[in-house]
Amino acid sequence: MKEVVILSGKGGTGKTSIVASFAALAQNKVLADCDVDAADLYLLVEPEVKKSEEFWSGQVASIDKEKCTECGLCQEKCHFGAIRDYTVDEVSCEGCGLCSRVCPVDAITIKPSITGYWFISDTRYGTLVHAKLGIGEENSGKLVTIVRNNAKLVAEERKLGYIISDGPPGIGCPVIASLSGASLALLVTEPTLSGIHDLERVLALCRHFGIPPVVCINKYDINEENSYRIEDYCHKEGVEVAAKVPFDNVVTEALVHCLPVVEYSSNGVALQIKELWQIILAKLDNHGGRDANL
Amino acid sequence: MVISVASGKGGTGKTLVATSLALSLEDQDNVQLLDCDVEEPNDYIFLKPSFTRREAVVILAPKVDAEKCTYCGKCAEACHWNAIAVIKEKVLMFPELCHGCGVCAYVCPEDAISEEEREIGVVELGQSGGVQFAQGTLAVGEPLSPAVIRKVKECSDREGIVIIDASPGTSCPVVEAIRDSDFCLLVTEPTPFGLSDLCLAVEVVKKLQIPCGVVINRVGVGDEKVESYCHEQGIPILLKIPLDRRIATLYSKGIPLVEGMPEWREVFSKLFRDIKEMSVAGQVAK
Repeated sequence: MKEVVILSGKGGTGKTSIVASFAALAQNKVLADCDVDAADLYLLVEPEVKKSEEFWSGQVASIDKEKCTECGLCQEKCHFGAIRDYTVDEVSCEGCGLCSRVCPVDAITIKPSITGYWFISDTRYGTLVHAKLGIGEENSGKLVTIVRNNAKLVAEERKLGYIISDGPPGIGCPVIASLSGASLALLVTEPTLSGIHDLERVLALCRHFGIPPVVCINKYDINEENSYRIEDYCHKEGVEVAAKVPFDNVVTEALVHCLPVVEYSSNGVALQIKELWQIILAKLDNHGGRDANL
Repeated sequence: MVISVASGKGGTGKTLVATSLALSLEDQDNVQLLDCDVEEPNDYIFLKPSFTRREAVVILAPKVDAEKCTYCGKCAEACHWNAIAVIKEKVLMFPELCHGCGVCAYVCPEDAISEEEREIGVVELGQSGGVQFAQGTLAVGEPLSPAVIRKVKECSDREGIVIIDASPGTSCPVVEAIRDSDFCLLVTEPTPFGLSDLCLAVEVVKKLQIPCGVVINRVGVGDEKVESYCHEQGIPILLKIPLDRRIATLYSKGIPLVEGMPEWREVFSKLFRDIKEMSVAGQVAK
């Protein structure tokens, strides 16, 4: 089974629009939305939820004031500065449980709670595994891992060859959870200085975890000079620029109609994305293309 | 006064708004811009600051002494993030999962685990014209952005004007960046994605009880649903920025909007005055 994860570093470069188009173009696949704290893919593929599960994670410490002797050991030992004046700051608390272990009078408990949900849904493009992290919650990485593991299970059960994963922006915890063990990473960038800077960092992340990358320059004609810079940089780094997609308002129009752009139009953008999918498919299928290791 | 700039969806124009707001206020005393999007900090591209200070952000990471270890597995059992595994006579560490909480060292009966500082990022401070600038950068391969964000925010001087540029999303890094703000500007775009993520961002600021207003970017393409939503929810739309190729081109080159198109300087100064008025009115109401 092969998995391509679509990342970008910088947000808003067009990841989800491209994934939705891949969903329409690809056969024999499962979709996974790994952007669990601002998921948008559902808007374009209209999932019908078949299975919904609770995500238990957000553990925070809670101090029993009756038992607490205000010895201060917990505040002293906490590595996150999350206890002040014998009170837990729930935002800073990571739920590691060190405080409850050090408390000499057993006044601290760690309470798990439901911090999100994950779903397996039917869409007109096949199965989608997706999730919703509760507002402002932690551990998005764990939820991403659950989404990917279930996408893999579905693919195995139904004998589907590919997983297409829509990743979150950034390079932190949920991105690492989306990337590790994937067969291929498609990095969608744009020809802005911010886009270039963020591409460099997400490319370094791919290297760090040994995932082969390919690059797509979206809206390449917004600044052609910067696009050349990106191509130059990728060439030096030995990374293939697999597509250059032009800027076109049709992408936003398709979005407003809640359709993948390849189904809304057949212009240059749609053609480029179709070609890009063929390139990705060839990379996943060739002998060097490795199976996803989830 | 602390004003944070957040968005839910990425790429809606947080950096554009945060840098324009800070630069339009550079004639005032004590203006700070803190880039708390530590996974992908971009404000420096526009401010071009000269950095004068650099501080490492460290966490305490465990190190196992193989001589003392008896492979009892208590550390692996206690680790909340599965960052340690003990397989037969081998201890495997997964630094990208480790939060540096210290539980493993505490539970080890043989005292075989020590804690050593590991650099997970850096905070840099400098000046750009009349704006004091600080940014955090998370090291590649490290998961713990909130720790870096906390360190950047330690630079803030609440007596002055502090503008905080947050990361996209709605989870812990965003909460860490915008908590304790006096006001939060939510930047969005008039598309179904923009609306969906704005709704989430509004839930975050409500949960944190921070007053908010909306900036709609790239007005002209898309639909009217973001505006209808704001009217229904009683959230003020403080600024609309049109879809304008000139703005996109300036952005792509790293030229601040208020420098490339100086007419925007007054627009952002007014935005600040509006926020200040709303904030004062809000305090009176309380």
